Amino acid sequence: MALSRLSLRSTTFLKPSSLRRHVSTDTTPITIETAAPFTSHQCDPPSRSVETSSAEILSFFRDMARMRRMEIAADSLYKSKLIRGFCHLYDGQEALAVGMEAAITKKDAIITSYRDHCTFLGRGGELVDAFSELMGRMRGCSNGKGGSMHFYKKDACFYGGHGIVGAQIPLGCGLAFAQKYSKEENVSFVLYGDGAANQGQLFEALNIAALWDLPAILVCENNHYGMGTATWRSAKSPAYFKRGDYVPGLKVDGMDVLAVKQACKFAKEHALKNGPIILEMDTYRYHGHSMSDPGSTYRTRDEVSGVRQVRDPIERVRKLLLSHDIATEKELKDMEKEVRKEVDDAVAQAKESPVPEASELFTNMYVKDCGVESFGADRKELKVTLA
Amino acid sequence: IREKMWGILRQRGIDGGGLSLRRTRSALVSARSYAAGSKEMTVRDALNSAIDEEMSADPKVFVMGEEVGQYQGAYKITKGLLEKYGPERVYDTPITEAGFTGIGVGAAYAGLKPVVEFMTFNFSMQAIDHIINSAAKSNYMSAGQINVPIVFRGPNGAAAGVGAQHSQCYAAWYASVPGLKVLAPYSAEDARGLLKAAIRDPDPVVFLENELLYGESFPISEEALDSSFCLPIGKAKIEREGKDVTIVTFSKMVGFALKAAEKLAEEGISAEVINLRSIRPLDRETINASVRKTSRLVTVEEGFPQHGVCAEICASVVEESFSYLDAPVERIAGADVPMPYAANLERLALPQVEDIVRAAKRACYRSK
Repeated sequence: MALSRLSLRSTTFLKPSSLRRHVSTDTTPITIETAAPFTSHQCDPPSRSVETSSAEILSFFRDMARMRRMEIAADSLYKSKLIRGFCHLYDGQEALAVGMEAAITKKDAIITSYRDHCTFLGRGGELVDAFSELMGRMRGCSNGKGGSMHFYKKDACFYGGHGIVGAQIPLGCGLAFAQKYSKEENVSFVLYGDGAANQGQLFEALNIAALWDLPAILVCENNHYGMGTATWRSAKSPAYFKRGDYVPGLKVDGMDVLAVKQACKFAKEHALKNGPIILEMDTYRYHGHSMSDPGSTYRTRDEVSGVRQVRDPIERVRKLLLSHDIATEKELKDMEKEVRKEVDDAVAQAKESPVPEASELFTNMYVKDCGVESFGADRKELKVTLA
Repeated sequence: IREKMWGILRQRGIDGGGLSLRRTRSALVSARSYAAGSKEMTVRDALNSAIDEEMSADPKVFVMGEEVGQYQGAYKITKGLLEKYGPERVYDTPITEAGFTGIGVGAAYAGLKPVVEFMTFNFSMQAIDHIINSAAKSNYMSAGQINVPIVFRGPNGAAAGVGAQHSQCYAAWYASVPGLKVLAPYSAEDARGLLKAAIRDPDPVVFLENELLYGESFPISEEALDSSFCLPIGKAKIEREGKDVTIVTFSKMVGFALKAAEKLAEEGISAEVINLRSIRPLDRETINASVRKTSRLVTVEEGFPQHGVCAEICASVVEESFSYLDAPVERIAGADVPMPYAANLERLALPQVEDIVRAAKRACYRSK
């Protein structure tokens, strides 16, 4: 028997277990209110009532738990020196990656910065491909040639993975340009941080996107710190959703996966009709900027643990699932155990996979090599003609 | 002993009884040896026709840049394209290089084929991060998932009296980057064939034109006028065959080198002039084969001398053809100064025909 449930934030309604639906496949629509309202700029905000289903909310939980586990595993791997160089972790921000995917298709494009592991997973990337890439193995999504900051999945319209702060913004507007040029009814989500929000090229690209009506959705992942610099120290106006001036904007609770879904759905509809829009996602990262940053020289430990207690995206969904009687505590704990095993297995598999062959040094320089020569450190010792 | 030997050789040079110099004039090969077509074409028209044909052949090709549309192109290279193809294929951009170049690269990620014009390559510095980090390196970093079929084109190097900020040559900078292809046409045939090849190429190409060459006319063959005409990327052209000294250069300096070769011929020195056409990939094979024939090398470029294209060519020849060299390698380049405005100083800041002649004679152990 299907029950429609409206605004059940405070109601507890325990159904006897024999009558409970098999929750992981229950797609009966239910409507849930976001915890906070949207704030808008130059547009009417979307409704706080989000259409979802038990199955979807459960999938949110599982997907976010998987992302969380992956980032924690990456932390250990970095500390054991299996991951080298830069490693920027996303734990705390999972609701963004998951909520966005729920609102869009794999034909919509996503491009982001170097904090890209979870975005890759959200686009359908495999855990083992992610860990292999992090450890520089051939099995990695970029054959070990990219590293943490350069994950891509073109078949799911995920265009990376970019190390230069802000560069992804004009690139993302270019993706939107191509979608409009080819008359596709798809949009591009262009993710950047509060640090990148001050980049000149953002305004250059936004100007062109607005002039040419490109279906570009600029998503500012405001985790309040650009590396170690808090927003109030780097932006005269930290109202990032308003910085587009003539471009409409929406401020969203980025720790509420349903709010993220609603905002992205709204933005996609808007962008297809009216051109660019800015979404400012209020979010938080538990780790420092990267694995070299303890994250404590510019913020207090109390602040971090405070957010974890009150705003953690996974805990919020757990509470939602429990209060709506969609799953029991044990079911959720079991799910987390499964996810942990998934991640551990992927790590083990990745650890076993081989490093790229030496010949890979010279591959993929060009699509069309036309007899180009390439040299090793000692050009008389190592010289290759690219085929 | 080596110094002594060279001293003796130099002495002989002055006496005019040169050991290894042949006095016979090389057969008169026309400096512009094309198929016997009587048609001529300016470089401007060559570029325009190349873009036009490629846009006609492939709907994914589009043009983007400042003043490329309504203004008909700052240097008229894109003249008529907006009228012919409409505003959905020819885009006038605001003066925001970082923004529109990034947008062009993003469009290329998604499979379109942008032809991005820089009004001059001096302005490309505002967008250089996108050319190098977003375009050149993407195919490698993504292990082949994301290729970037984009062309960055525009005038490069010195013009006339435009001063320091508008006169730099970027060949050396871009050609040092693995993942880019860098082309520099000289003649109308070069312009057509190389630009068509660049637009068809699935990799990012930096296409360095020269403002002062736009108005120059060159004979052009029927073959080169065909819409399927394409030149191979990475192959230099021997513009003039010779036996005594190899002069290697690109772009406008090819014309100067050919004039120098004429002057040298009057003095019994047969110079082989190589037009690089492609700075990256660099046709080391053709260069070295020529030097192994002539035993002497003069390299010429307009750009700054330190760490220039000539430096790379000289290093390549010294590494690969050392025992064939009969003289030290020679470099003629722009002066090691920002470009001055005053006409006489500007002339001093750029290679002239007499500089090339002098260097060739030095390589032949002939003083003035």
